[in-house]
Amino acid sequence: MAHVKALRCRECSREYPIEPLNVCDFCFGPLEVVYDYETIASVISRERIQAGPLSMWRYHDLLPVDREAAVDINAGFTPLVRAKNLARCLGLEELYIKNDSVNPSFSFKDRVVSVAATKALEFGFDTLSCASTGNLACSVAAHAARAGMKAYVFIPADLEKGKVIGAAIYNPTLVAVQGSYDEVNRLCSELADNYRWAFVNINMRPYYAEGSKSLAFEVAEQLGWRAPAHAVVPGASGSLFTKIWKGLNEFSKLGLIGPVRTSMHITQARGCSPIVEAYDADRMVVRPVRPNTIAKSLAIGNPADGYYALRTIKESRGSACVVEEDEVVEGIKLLAETEGIFTETAGGVVIMGLKRLVEQGRIKPDEPTVAFITGNGLKTQEAVESVVKPLRIQPTISSFEEALGQRARVS
Amino acid sequence: MSRRVKFTFPAQLIKEPIIYQLGRDYDVVTNIRRADVRPEIGWVVLELDGRDEDVERGLEWVTSLGVRVDPVAGDVIEG
Ligand SMILES: Cc1ncc(COP(=O)(O)O)c(C=O)c1O
Ligand SMILES: [Zn+2]
Repeated sequence: MAHVKALRCRECSREYPIEPLNVCDFCFGPLEVVYDYETIASVISRERIQAGPLSMWRYHDLLPVDREAAVDINAGFTPLVRAKNLARCLGLEELYIKNDSVNPSFSFKDRVVSVAATKALEFGFDTLSCASTGNLACSVAAHAARAGMKAYVFIPADLEKGKVIGAAIYNPTLVAVQGSYDEVNRLCSELADNYRWAFVNINMRPYYAEGSKSLAFEVAEQLGWRAPAHAVVPGASGSLFTKIWKGLNEFSKLGLIGPVRTSMHITQARGCSPIVEAYDADRMVVRPVRPNTIAKSLAIGNPADGYYALRTIKESRGSACVVEEDEVVEGIKLLAETEGIFTETAGGVVIMGLKRLVEQGRIKPDEPTVAFITGNGLKTQEAVESVVKPLRIQPTISSFEEALGQRARVS
Repeated sequence: MSRRVKFTFPAQLIKEPIIYQLGRDYDVVTNIRRADVRPEIGWVVLELDGRDEDVERGLEWVTSLGVRVDPVAGDVIEG
Protein backbone atom coordinates (compact mmCIF):
# COMPACT_ATOMS: atom_id res chain seq x y z
CA MET A 1 0.00 0.00 0.00
CA ALA A 2 2.50 2.56 -1.13
CA HIS A 3 -0.25 5.15 -1.52
CA VAL A 4 -1.25 5.27 2.15
CA LYS A 5 1.02 7.04 4.64
CA ALA A 6 -0.53 6.81 8.07
CA LEU A 7 -3.46 7.58 10.29
CA ARG A 8 -3.46 11.15 11.51
CA CYS A 9 -5.40 12.80 14.33
CA ARG A 10 -7.75 15.43 12.95
CA GLU A 11 -7.23 17.53 16.06
CA CYS A 12 -3.59 17.35 17.14
CA SER A 13 -2.07 15.90 13.94
CA ARG A 14 -0.20 13.10 15.73
CA GLU A 15 0.38 10.19 13.39
CA TYR A 16 -0.27 6.50 13.96
CA PRO A 17 0.57 3.39 11.96
CA ILE A 18 -2.11 1.75 9.81
CA GLU A 19 -3.89 -0.24 12.49
CA PRO A 20 -7.44 -0.92 13.69
CA LEU A 21 -7.69 2.33 15.62
CA ASN A 22 -10.09 5.24 15.46
CA VAL A 23 -9.25 7.58 18.33
CA CYS A 24 -6.05 9.47 19.10
CA ASP A 25 -4.53 8.16 22.34
CA PHE A 26 -3.35 11.61 23.21
CA CYS A 27 -6.31 13.93 22.68
CA PHE A 28 -9.09 11.42 21.88
CA GLY A 29 -9.68 13.13 18.54
CA PRO A 30 -10.77 11.10 15.51
CA LEU A 31 -8.16 9.59 13.19
CA GLU A 32 -8.15 9.94 9.43
CA VAL A 33 -6.23 8.18 6.66
CA VAL A 34 -3.53 10.28 5.01
CA TYR A 35 -2.32 9.46 1.53
CA ASP A 36 0.85 10.01 -0.40
CA TYR A 37 -0.67 12.08 -3.19
CA GLU A 38 2.60 12.32 -5.09
CA THR A 39 2.74 8.57 -5.50
CA ILE A 40 -0.93 8.49 -6.44
CA ALA A 41 -0.52 11.33 -8.94
CA SER A 42 2.22 9.40 -10.68
CA VAL A 43 -0.12 6.51 -11.53
CA ILE A 44 -3.69 7.78 -11.58
CA SER A 45 -5.37 9.04 -14.74
CA ARG A 46 -8.83 9.23 -16.26
CA GLU A 47 -7.88 6.40 -18.62
CA ARG A 48 -6.71 4.15 -15.80
CA ILE A 49 -9.95 4.73 -13.93
CA GLN A 50 -12.07 4.12 -17.03
CA ALA A 51 -10.28 0.84 -17.64
CA GLY A 52 -11.17 -0.36 -14.16
CA PRO A 53 -14.16 -2.41 -13.04
CA LEU A 54 -17.69 -0.98 -13.15
CA SER A 55 -17.82 -0.68 -9.38
CA MET A 56 -16.42 1.61 -6.71
CA TRP A 57 -13.17 -0.35 -6.95
CA ARG A 58 -12.23 1.54 -10.13
CA TYR A 59 -11.05 4.21 -7.64
CA HIS A 60 -8.89 1.86 -5.58
CA ASP A 61 -5.89 4.21 -5.90
CA LEU A 62 -7.75 6.52 -3.51
CA LEU A 63 -9.06 3.88 -1.12
CA PRO A 64 -6.93 2.74 1.84
CA VAL A 65 -6.65 -0.97 0.97
CA ASP A 66 -4.90 -3.43 -1.31
CA ARG A 67 -7.33 -3.98 -4.11
CA GLU A 68 -6.45 -7.63 -4.76
CA ALA A 69 -8.16 -8.66 -1.54
CA ALA A 70 -11.28 -6.54 -2.01
CA VAL A 71 -14.44 -7.85 -0.42
CA ASP A 72 -16.66 -6.84 -3.29
CA ILE A 73 -20.37 -7.43 -3.68
CA ASN A 74 -20.32 -4.92 -6.53
CA ALA A 75 -21.02 -1.75 -4.64
CA GLY A 76 -21.00 1.47 -6.57
CA PHE A 77 -21.09 2.72 -10.12
CA THR A 78 -24.75 3.42 -9.60
CA PRO A 79 -26.74 5.54 -12.06
CA LEU A 80 -26.50 9.31 -12.24
CA VAL A 81 -29.85 10.26 -13.70
CA ARG A 82 -30.64 13.57 -15.39
CA ALA A 83 -33.87 14.42 -13.59
CA LYS A 84 -35.74 16.57 -16.09
CA ASN A 85 -39.23 16.12 -14.64
CA LEU A 86 -38.23 16.87 -11.08
CA ALA A 87 -36.08 19.77 -12.30
CA ARG A 88 -39.04 21.31 -14.09
CA CYS A 89 -41.20 20.84 -11.05
CA LEU A 90 -38.66 22.61 -8.80
CA GLY A 91 -37.65 25.29 -11.29
CA LEU A 92 -34.17 23.98 -12.06
CA GLU A 93 -32.45 23.50 -15.40
CA GLU A 94 -29.75 20.95 -14.66
CA LEU A 95 -30.58 18.51 -11.91
CA TYR A 96 -29.17 15.02 -11.40
CA ILE A 97 -30.13 12.25 -9.04
CA LYS A 98 -27.29 10.03 -7.87
CA ASN A 99 -29.32 6.90 -7.35
CA ASP A 100 -27.34 4.99 -4.73
CA SER A 101 -30.45 3.16 -3.57
CA VAL A 102 -29.67 0.44 -6.10
CA ASN A 103 -26.54 -0.85 -4.41
CA PRO A 104 -26.47 -4.61 -3.70
CA SER A 105 -27.88 -4.27 -0.17
CA PHE A 106 -29.91 -1.22 -1.20
CA SER A 107 -28.02 1.67 0.38
CA PHE A 108 -24.77 3.61 0.03
CA LYS A 109 -23.49 1.78 3.11
CA ASP A 110 -22.16 -0.92 0.77
CA ARG A 111 -19.42 1.52 -0.20
CA VAL A 112 -18.14 2.05 3.32
CA VAL A 113 -18.59 -1.54 4.40
CA SER A 114 -16.80 -2.88 1.32
CA VAL A 115 -13.71 -0.92 2.39
CA ALA A 116 -14.11 -1.84 6.08
CA ALA A 117 -14.51 -5.55 5.31
CA THR A 118 -11.52 -5.55 2.99
CA LYS A 119 -9.41 -3.79 5.59
CA ALA A 120 -10.63 -6.16 8.32
CA LEU A 121 -9.37 -9.13 6.31
CA GLU A 122 -6.04 -7.40 5.76
CA PHE A 123 -5.72 -6.93 9.51
CA GLY A 124 -6.49 -10.61 10.06
CA PHE A 125 -9.93 -10.27 11.67
CA ASP A 126 -12.38 -13.12 11.19
CA THR A 127 -15.45 -11.27 12.50
CA LEU A 128 -17.27 -8.21 11.22
CA SER A 129 -19.62 -6.30 13.50
CA CYS A 130 -21.81 -3.22 13.84
CA ALA A 131 -24.71 -1.67 15.72
CA SER A 132 -27.45 -0.53 13.41
CA THR A 133 -31.10 0.24 12.93
CA GLY A 134 -31.16 -0.85 9.31
CA ASN A 135 -28.96 -0.14 6.33
CA LEU A 136 -25.62 -0.73 7.98
CA ALA A 137 -26.81 -4.05 9.42
CA CYS A 138 -27.83 -5.30 5.97
CA SER A 139 -24.55 -4.28 4.42
CA VAL A 140 -22.33 -5.74 7.13
CA ALA A 141 -24.18 -9.07 7.04
CA ALA A 142 -23.98 -9.22 3.24
CA HIS A 143 -20.26 -8.41 3.06
CA ALA A 144 -19.42 -10.87 5.85
CA ALA A 145 -21.26 -13.56 3.90
CA ARG A 146 -19.30 -12.75 0.77
CA ALA A 147 -15.99 -12.67 2.63
CA GLY A 148 -16.64 -15.86 4.57
CA MET A 149 -16.38 -13.93 7.82
CA LYS A 150 -18.47 -14.25 10.95
CA ALA A 151 -20.88 -11.40 11.57
CA TYR A 152 -22.32 -10.01 14.79
CA VAL A 153 -25.00 -7.45 14.20
CA PHE A 154 -26.53 -5.57 17.16
CA ILE A 155 -29.97 -4.06 16.75
CA PRO A 156 -32.43 -2.37 19.13
CA ALA A 157 -35.03 -4.93 20.25
CA ASP A 158 -37.96 -2.83 19.03
CA LEU A 159 -36.80 -2.57 15.43
CA GLU A 160 -39.44 -3.13 12.73
CA LYS A 161 -39.45 -6.61 11.27
CA GLY A 162 -38.99 -5.42 7.72
CA LYS A 163 -35.64 -3.90 8.61
CA VAL A 164 -34.42 -6.97 10.43
CA ILE A 165 -35.09 -9.38 7.58
CA GLY A 166 -32.82 -7.52 5.19
CA ALA A 167 -29.93 -8.30 7.53
CA ALA A 168 -31.05 -11.67 8.91
CA ILE A 169 -31.23 -13.28 5.48
CA TYR A 170 -27.43 -13.35 5.24
CA ASN A 171 -27.37 -15.33 8.49
CA PRO A 172 -25.28 -13.17 10.80
CA THR A 173 -25.55 -13.62 14.55
CA LEU A 174 -28.29 -11.09 15.14
CA VAL A 175 -28.40 -9.67 18.66
CA ALA A 176 -31.53 -7.75 19.66
CA VAL A 177 -30.64 -5.48 22.59
CA GLN A 178 -33.36 -4.57 25.08
CA GLY A 179 -32.81 -0.99 26.17
CA SER A 180 -32.84 2.64 25.21
CA TYR A 181 -30.98 4.05 22.27
CA ASP A 182 -28.32 5.40 24.64
CA GLU A 183 -27.89 2.03 26.31
CA VAL A 184 -27.44 0.20 23.02
CA ASN A 185 -24.91 2.82 22.02
CA ARG A 186 -22.96 2.43 25.18
CA LEU A 187 -23.00 -1.35 25.11
CA CYS A 188 -21.56 -1.36 21.61
CA SER A 189 -18.80 1.10 22.47
CA GLU A 190 -17.84 -1.20 25.34
CA LEU A 191 -18.04 -4.36 23.26
CA ALA A 192 -15.65 -2.80 20.80
CA ASP A 193 -13.12 -2.42 23.59
CA ASN A 194 -13.56 -6.00 24.76
CA TYR A 195 -13.72 -8.13 21.61
CA ARG A 196 -11.16 -8.57 18.88
CA TRP A 197 -13.68 -7.96 16.14
CA ALA A 198 -13.74 -5.52 13.29
CA PHE A 199 -16.50 -3.06 14.25
CA VAL A 200 -16.92 -1.35 10.92
CA ASN A 201 -17.81 2.07 12.28
CA ILE A 202 -15.69 1.95 15.43
CA ASN A 203 -12.18 0.51 15.18
CA MET A 204 -12.43 0.37 11.35
CA ARG A 205 -13.95 3.84 11.09
CA PRO A 206 -11.03 5.72 9.51
CA TYR A 207 -10.96 3.21 6.62
CA TYR A 208 -14.72 2.66 6.49
CA ALA A 209 -15.43 6.37 6.11
CA GLU A 210 -13.12 6.67 3.10
CA GLY A 211 -15.50 4.45 1.11
CA SER A 212 -17.97 7.34 0.86
CA LYS A 213 -15.50 9.28 -1.28
CA SER A 214 -16.32 6.94 -4.14
CA LEU A 215 -19.73 8.59 -4.41
CA ALA A 216 -18.02 11.88 -5.19
CA PHE A 217 -15.59 10.25 -7.63
CA GLU A 218 -18.43 8.63 -9.55
CA VAL A 219 -20.50 11.76 -9.75
CA ALA A 220 -17.52 13.73 -11.06
CA GLU A 221 -16.73 11.06 -13.64
CA GLN A 222 -20.37 10.64 -14.68
CA LEU A 223 -20.76 14.41 -15.10
CA GLY A 224 -17.96 14.27 -17.65
CA TRP A 225 -15.08 14.94 -15.23
CA ARG A 226 -16.41 17.98 -13.43
CA ALA A 227 -17.85 18.81 -10.03
CA PRO A 228 -21.43 20.10 -9.72
CA ALA A 229 -22.24 23.59 -8.44
CA HIS A 230 -24.31 22.10 -5.61
CA ALA A 231 -24.47 18.81 -3.76
CA VAL A 232 -27.47 18.02 -1.54
CA VAL A 233 -26.65 15.23 0.90
CA PRO A 234 -28.45 13.58 3.84
CA GLY A 235 -26.69 13.78 7.20
CA ALA A 236 -26.58 11.52 10.25
CA SER A 237 -23.05 11.25 11.66
CA GLY A 238 -21.97 13.73 8.98
CA SER A 239 -19.35 11.36 7.62
CA LEU A 240 -20.83 10.89 4.15
CA PHE A 241 -21.18 14.64 3.72
CA THR A 242 -17.57 15.42 4.67
CA LYS A 243 -16.19 12.59 2.55
CA ILE A 244 -18.01 13.69 -0.58
CA TRP A 245 -16.26 17.03 -0.15
CA LYS A 246 -12.94 15.31 0.46
CA GLY A 247 -13.42 13.13 -2.63
CA LEU A 248 -14.12 16.05 -4.95
CA ASN A 249 -11.08 17.89 -3.66
CA GLU A 250 -8.83 14.86 -4.07
CA PHE A 251 -9.90 14.55 -7.70
CA SER A 252 -9.10 18.20 -8.22
CA LYS A 253 -5.75 18.02 -6.44
CA LEU A 254 -4.79 15.12 -8.71
CA GLY A 255 -5.76 17.06 -11.82
CA LEU A 256 -8.64 14.72 -12.75
CA ILE A 257 -11.11 17.61 -12.58
CA GLY A 258 -10.74 21.40 -12.44
CA PRO A 259 -11.07 23.55 -9.33
CA VAL A 260 -13.96 22.52 -7.08
CA ARG A 261 -16.58 25.22 -6.59
CA THR A 262 -19.26 22.95 -5.21
CA SER A 263 -21.48 24.25 -2.41
CA MET A 264 -22.18 21.40 -0.02
CA HIS A 265 -25.67 21.32 1.53
CA ILE A 266 -26.51 18.89 4.32
CA THR A 267 -30.13 17.97 5.06
CA GLN A 268 -31.70 16.52 8.21
CA ALA A 269 -35.24 15.93 9.43
CA ARG A 270 -36.59 18.14 12.22
CA GLY A 271 -36.73 15.31 14.77
CA CYS A 272 -32.96 14.81 14.60
CA SER A 273 -31.23 17.88 13.27
CA PRO A 274 -28.31 18.71 15.58
CA ILE A 275 -26.06 19.77 12.71
CA VAL A 276 -28.64 22.11 11.16
CA GLU A 277 -29.37 23.52 14.58
CA ALA A 278 -25.71 24.41 15.13
CA TYR A 279 -25.52 25.91 11.64
CA ASP A 280 -28.62 28.03 12.21
CA ALA A 281 -27.23 29.27 15.53
CA ASP A 282 -23.90 30.03 13.86
CA ARG A 283 -22.15 27.69 16.30
CA MET A 284 -19.32 25.24 15.57
CA VAL A 285 -20.33 23.11 18.56
CA VAL A 286 -23.04 20.53 17.97
CA ARG A 287 -25.46 20.11 20.86
CA PRO A 288 -26.40 16.41 21.06
CA VAL A 289 -30.12 15.58 20.86
CA ARG A 290 -32.36 12.56 21.50
CA PRO A 291 -33.52 11.52 18.03
CA ASN A 292 -37.22 11.25 17.29
CA THR A 293 -37.70 11.21 13.56
CA ILE A 294 -39.44 9.30 10.80
CA ALA A 295 -36.07 9.28 9.00
CA LYS A 296 -34.65 6.50 11.15
CA SER A 297 -31.54 6.04 9.04
CA LEU A 298 -30.57 9.63 9.89
CA ALA A 299 -31.26 9.30 13.62
CA ILE A 300 -27.87 10.03 15.13
CA GLY A 301 -28.22 12.41 18.06
CA ASN A 302 -24.52 12.82 18.78
CA PRO A 303 -22.88 12.93 15.36
CA ALA A 304 -19.23 11.88 15.32
CA ASP A 305 -18.46 14.16 12.38
CA GLY A 306 -20.82 16.98 13.24
CA TYR A 307 -18.05 19.51 13.72
CA TYR A 308 -16.33 18.47 10.48
CA ALA A 309 -19.64 18.71 8.64
CA LEU A 310 -19.96 22.31 9.86
CA ARG A 311 -16.44 22.96 8.64
CA THR A 312 -17.27 21.49 5.25
CA ILE A 313 -20.24 23.83 5.00
CA LYS A 314 -17.97 26.80 5.76
CA GLU A 315 -15.21 25.75 3.38
CA SER A 316 -17.61 25.06 0.53
CA ARG A 317 -19.93 28.02 1.19
CA GLY A 318 -22.76 25.58 1.53
CA SER A 319 -25.55 25.35 4.06
CA ALA A 320 -27.60 23.10 6.29
CA CYS A 321 -31.29 22.63 5.76
CA VAL A 322 -34.00 21.15 7.94
CA VAL A 323 -37.05 19.34 6.61
CA GLU A 324 -40.24 19.04 8.65
CA GLU A 325 -41.26 15.55 9.71
CA ASP A 326 -44.52 15.68 7.79
CA GLU A 327 -42.74 16.72 4.59
CA VAL A 328 -40.55 13.62 4.39
CA VAL A 329 -43.19 11.40 2.80
CA GLU A 330 -44.02 14.20 0.34
CA GLY A 331 -40.39 14.11 -0.78
CA ILE A 332 -40.44 10.35 -1.27
CA LYS A 333 -43.61 10.62 -3.37
CA LEU A 334 -42.34 13.56 -5.39
CA LEU A 335 -39.22 11.67 -6.47
CA ALA A 336 -41.21 8.54 -7.25
CA GLU A 337 -43.86 10.36 -9.25
CA THR A 338 -41.47 12.53 -11.24
CA GLU A 339 -38.50 10.24 -11.82
CA GLY A 340 -39.63 6.68 -11.11
CA ILE A 341 -37.21 6.28 -8.21
CA PHE A 342 -38.46 4.85 -4.93
CA THR A 343 -36.30 6.07 -2.05
CA GLU A 344 -36.50 5.64 1.71
CA THR A 345 -37.13 8.40 4.22
CA ALA A 346 -33.54 9.71 4.01
CA GLY A 347 -34.16 10.37 0.31
CA GLY A 348 -37.41 12.15 1.15
CA VAL A 349 -35.37 14.45 3.37
CA VAL A 350 -32.97 15.18 0.50
CA ILE A 351 -35.70 15.97 -2.02
CA MET A 352 -37.57 18.33 0.30
CA GLY A 353 -34.26 19.89 1.36
CA LEU A 354 -33.46 20.48 -2.29
CA LYS A 355 -36.88 22.05 -2.81
CA ARG A 356 -36.32 24.38 0.10
CA LEU A 357 -32.81 25.35 -1.07
CA VAL A 358 -34.23 26.34 -4.45
CA GLU A 359 -37.05 28.30 -2.82
CA GLN A 360 -34.57 30.12 -0.60
CA GLY A 361 -32.55 31.07 -3.65
CA ARG A 362 -29.44 29.25 -2.44
CA ILE A 363 -29.55 27.11 -5.56
CA LYS A 364 -30.07 29.15 -8.72
CA PRO A 365 -32.04 27.69 -11.63
CA ASP A 366 -29.08 27.35 -14.01
CA GLU A 367 -26.60 25.81 -11.55
CA PRO A 368 -25.82 22.09 -12.04
CA THR A 369 -27.04 20.30 -8.93
CA VAL A 370 -26.74 16.72 -7.70
CA ALA A 371 -29.11 15.24 -5.10
CA PHE A 372 -27.71 12.17 -3.37
CA ILE A 373 -30.31 9.45 -2.89
CA THR A 374 -28.67 6.96 -0.57
CA GLY A 375 -31.29 4.38 0.42
CA ASN A 376 -34.11 2.31 -1.04
CA GLY A 377 -37.82 2.81 -0.46
CA LEU A 378 -38.56 -0.88 -0.03
CA LYS A 379 -36.85 -0.64 3.36
CA THR A 380 -39.19 1.98 4.83
CA GLN A 381 -42.52 0.88 3.40
CA GLU A 382 -44.42 1.65 6.62
CA ALA A 383 -43.79 5.34 5.98
CA VAL A 384 -45.76 5.36 2.75
CA GLU A 385 -48.44 2.72 3.26
CA SER A 386 -51.12 5.34 2.69
CA VAL A 387 -50.35 5.45 -1.05
CA VAL A 388 -52.12 2.13 -1.51
CA LYS A 389 -55.61 3.07 -2.66
CA PRO A 390 -56.59 0.56 -5.35
CA LEU A 391 -59.84 0.63 -7.26
CA ARG A 392 -61.75 -2.33 -5.88
CA ILE A 393 -63.77 -4.11 -8.56
CA GLN A 394 -65.56 -7.33 -9.51
CA PRO A 395 -64.00 -9.26 -12.41
CA THR A 396 -66.22 -7.57 -15.00
CA ILE A 397 -65.67 -4.72 -17.43
CA SER A 398 -68.75 -2.93 -16.16
CA SER A 399 -67.48 -3.01 -12.59
CA PHE A 400 -64.13 -1.61 -13.75
CA GLU A 401 -65.76 1.19 -15.72
CA GLU A 402 -68.03 2.06 -12.86
CA ALA A 403 -65.07 2.30 -10.48
CA LEU A 404 -63.13 4.44 -12.94
CA GLY A 405 -66.08 6.75 -13.28
CA GLN A 406 -66.39 7.07 -9.53
CA ARG A 407 -62.75 7.95 -9.13
CA ALA A 408 -62.98 10.54 -11.91
CA ARG A 409 -65.91 12.14 -10.12
CA VAL A 410 -64.02 12.26 -6.83
CA SER A 411 -60.84 13.78 -8.25
CA MET B 1 -11.08 0.79 34.93
CA SER B 2 -10.54 3.74 32.67
CA ARG B 3 -13.28 5.26 30.55
CA ARG B 4 -13.15 7.87 27.81
CA VAL B 5 -16.16 10.12 27.78
CA LYS B 6 -17.43 13.42 26.52
CA PHE B 7 -19.41 15.74 28.79
CA THR B 8 -21.64 18.34 27.18
CA PHE B 9 -22.65 21.15 29.52
CA PRO B 10 -25.72 23.33 29.07
CA ALA B 11 -25.12 27.05 29.62
CA GLN B 12 -26.37 27.10 33.22
CA LEU B 13 -23.85 24.45 34.34
CA ILE B 14 -20.74 25.84 32.68
CA LYS B 15 -19.69 27.76 35.78
CA GLU B 16 -20.09 24.80 38.17
CA PRO B 17 -16.96 22.92 39.29
CA ILE B 18 -18.49 19.57 38.32
CA ILE B 19 -15.31 17.82 37.22
CA TYR B 20 -13.56 18.79 40.44
CA GLN B 21 -16.46 17.48 42.53
CA LEU B 22 -16.57 14.25 40.53
CA GLY B 23 -12.94 13.64 41.42
CA ARG B 24 -13.30 14.61 45.07
CA ASP B 25 -16.64 12.96 45.95
CA TYR B 26 -16.49 9.79 43.87
CA ASP B 27 -12.81 8.92 44.00
CA VAL B 28 -12.46 9.18 40.27
CA VAL B 29 -9.26 10.47 38.68
CA THR B 30 -10.20 12.86 35.90
CA ASN B 31 -7.83 13.67 33.06
CA ILE B 32 -9.00 16.29 30.57
CA ARG B 33 -7.72 15.86 27.02
CA ARG B 34 -9.65 18.42 25.02
CA ALA B 35 -12.36 20.98 25.64
CA ASP B 36 -14.30 23.79 24.05
CA VAL B 37 -16.29 25.96 26.42
CA ARG B 38 -18.35 28.91 25.20
CA PRO B 39 -20.96 31.06 26.88
CA GLU B 40 -23.90 29.07 25.50
CA ILE B 41 -22.53 25.51 25.47
CA GLY B 42 -19.41 23.63 26.45
CA TRP B 43 -17.91 20.18 26.09
CA VAL B 44 -15.00 18.40 27.67
CA VAL B 45 -13.41 15.15 26.53
CA LEU B 46 -11.78 13.33 29.40
CA GLU B 47 -10.51 10.05 30.78
CA LEU B 48 -11.92 8.74 34.04
CA ASP B 49 -9.95 6.30 36.14
CA GLY B 50 -11.18 4.51 39.23
CA ARG B 51 -13.09 1.51 40.54
CA ASP B 52 -15.95 0.46 38.26
CA GLU B 53 -18.63 1.26 40.86
CA ASP B 54 -17.14 4.64 41.59
CA VAL B 55 -16.98 5.60 37.93
CA GLU B 56 -20.58 4.39 37.42
CA ARG B 57 -21.89 6.29 40.43
CA GLY B 58 -19.94 9.37 39.47
CA LEU B 59 -21.35 9.33 35.94
CA GLU B 60 -24.87 8.87 37.29
CA TRP B 61 -24.40 11.93 39.45
CA VAL B 62 -23.02 14.00 36.57
CA THR B 63 -25.93 12.94 34.36
CA SER B 64 -28.46 13.75 37.10
CA LEU B 65 -27.20 17.34 37.12
CA GLY B 66 -28.13 17.73 33.45
CA VAL B 67 -24.74 17.11 31.88
CA ARG B 68 -24.90 14.85 28.83
CA VAL B 69 -22.41 11.98 28.88
CA ASP B 70 -21.42 10.32 25.59
CA PRO B 71 -18.72 8.02 24.26
CA VAL B 72 -15.82 10.12 22.87
CA ALA B 73 -16.26 8.80 19.35
CA GLY B 74 -19.91 9.84 19.02
CA ASP B 75 -22.93 7.58 18.53
CA VAL B 76 -22.12 4.17 17.17
CA ILE B 77 -25.62 2.93 16.26
CA GLU B 78 -26.05 3.85 12.63
CA GLY B 79 -28.99 3.72 10.28
C1 LIG C 1 -29.74 5.89 3.67
C2 LIG C 1 -28.74 6.67 4.46
N1 LIG C 1 -28.38 7.88 4.02
C3 LIG C 1 -27.51 8.64 4.69
C4 LIG C 1 -26.93 8.23 5.87
C5 LIG C 1 -26.01 9.19 6.59
O1 LIG C 1 -24.73 8.79 6.74
P1 LIG C 1 -23.68 9.53 7.71
O2 LIG C 1 -23.80 8.86 9.03
O3 LIG C 1 -22.37 9.25 7.06
O4 LIG C 1 -24.02 10.98 7.79
C6 LIG C 1 -27.25 6.96 6.36
C7 LIG C 1 -26.61 6.51 7.59
O5 LIG C 1 -26.95 5.74 8.35
C8 LIG C 1 -28.18 6.16 5.65
O6 LIG C 1 -28.55 4.94 6.08
ZN1 LIG D 1 -4.91 13.86 18.76
